[in-house]
Amino acid sequence: MEDPAVLIPTSVAEAIESFGAGGDIAIIGGGTILVPEIRLGHARPSRALMLHGAGLAGISREGTRTTIGAMTPLSALSSLGEPIAAAVSNIADLEIRGQGTVGGNLCAQNTDAPRGDLQGVLIALGATVRSVGAGGERSEPAETFLPGRADRLVLDVSFDAPAAGAYAYLDRAHTHEYTALAVTAVRTADGTIRLGANGAGPHGLRLPSAEAAAADPSAAGVAALADVQLFDDAIASAWYREKTLPVLVRRALEQLKETA
Amino acid sequence: MNITINGTSRIVNAGPLTPLLHVLREELDVLSPKAGCQQGGCGTCTVLVNGEPRRSCLLPIAAVEGAEVRTVEGLASGGKLTPVQEAWIHHYAAQCGFCTSGFLMAATAYLEKGGSDDHAEIAAALGGHVCRCTGYVKIYDAVAAAARGESFDLATTAAGSRTTIRGVEL
Repeated sequence: MEDPAVLIPTSVAEAIESFGAGGDIAIIGGGTILVPEIRLGHARPSRALMLHGAGLAGISREGTRTTIGAMTPLSALSSLGEPIAAAVSNIADLEIRGQGTVGGNLCAQNTDAPRGDLQGVLIALGATVRSVGAGGERSEPAETFLPGRADRLVLDVSFDAPAAGAYAYLDRAHTHEYTALAVTAVRTADGTIRLGANGAGPHGLRLPSAEAAAADPSAAGVAALADVQLFDDAIASAWYREKTLPVLVRRALEQLKETA
Repeated sequence: MNITINGTSRIVNAGPLTPLLHVLREELDVLSPKAGCQQGGCGTCTVLVNGEPRRSCLLPIAAVEGAEVRTVEGLASGGKLTPVQEAWIHHYAAQCGFCTSGFLMAATAYLEKGGSDDHAEIAAALGGHVCRCTGYVKIYDAVAAAARGESFDLATTAAGSRTTIRGVEL
């Protein structure tokens, strides 16, 4: 196997220039997904962009707006309140959370296991993703960003503090550190209910049908099945996901009501 | 590039994406971190990077340039084991021993941060580590005992008077 050419930018501007319009380039955030993939030859990029020295880490707050740099480690998010705190504490384990990054989690591909636990959470929060790539810089909602994430370099994500948030997930011993299925419910500052799911499609998905029925958590759970693309993988079957998604939607909404 | 391993600065020639684990084992002959699953799931390659437990199999060497790396080889000093190492012996926390290096480093980080003997807190700190001998009870007992500041008679075990390290000079 030919080793990829490695680029190690030392500033944000240099990182953006190195990424250019993307293409055959692997972005190494924490490395928890891509380092073994490259070592084993499952991923064979011609270039690798390592971002550890690019200055993209850090959390800043301005009024009710929180902005998280792409290279911020997942462990740093546990102080951000619900639903992020609950979701982050359920990602992998302590060591992985210290190394894995927000940008890497957001851009994770669901190849052999459901990855990217924050995708559904950021959708529910109505987060904005700022990224660069072909066509230059773009800021867009997380649910719009996710389908094309493989071609973008994330700079940061930002969101307004929600009024309340809840996170419900499927916990099975044999799934190891992977989250087979999870639902995030958020009540925004203006009272809108937003729902995001993980493990229910090729990336995190918003659940608009369930949102429309949110006043009745059980009905919303059933309605959610219209919004997802359930799949089989080694840790849960599509059948099992179909049976559990309505339960998780109901639990997340009930949990949200308790914080009213 | 340079990294500091157990207090000694070492020059590394491996390519930037080479996992720290392979640099340690294959280039620097530091053999306590084990190559288990090599995809982050088992914990036995865990080392401390600037005091934080990390999976060395997932960490590209370029990302730890200039960092302080600690492994089991750096725990004992002057022939004296650390309390958690002594607890491991006294409580029989090692069975086959393959997971021990990773567990010891994660436990060391936990204790250095002032970790208590609370079972749930120990579980959160060690949750990424797998012992396929399933010796978790004794591992948790050892960490809890070290957290309580107990001292250990290494000629006996917690379970009785049988010598565990007879004849071994430490």
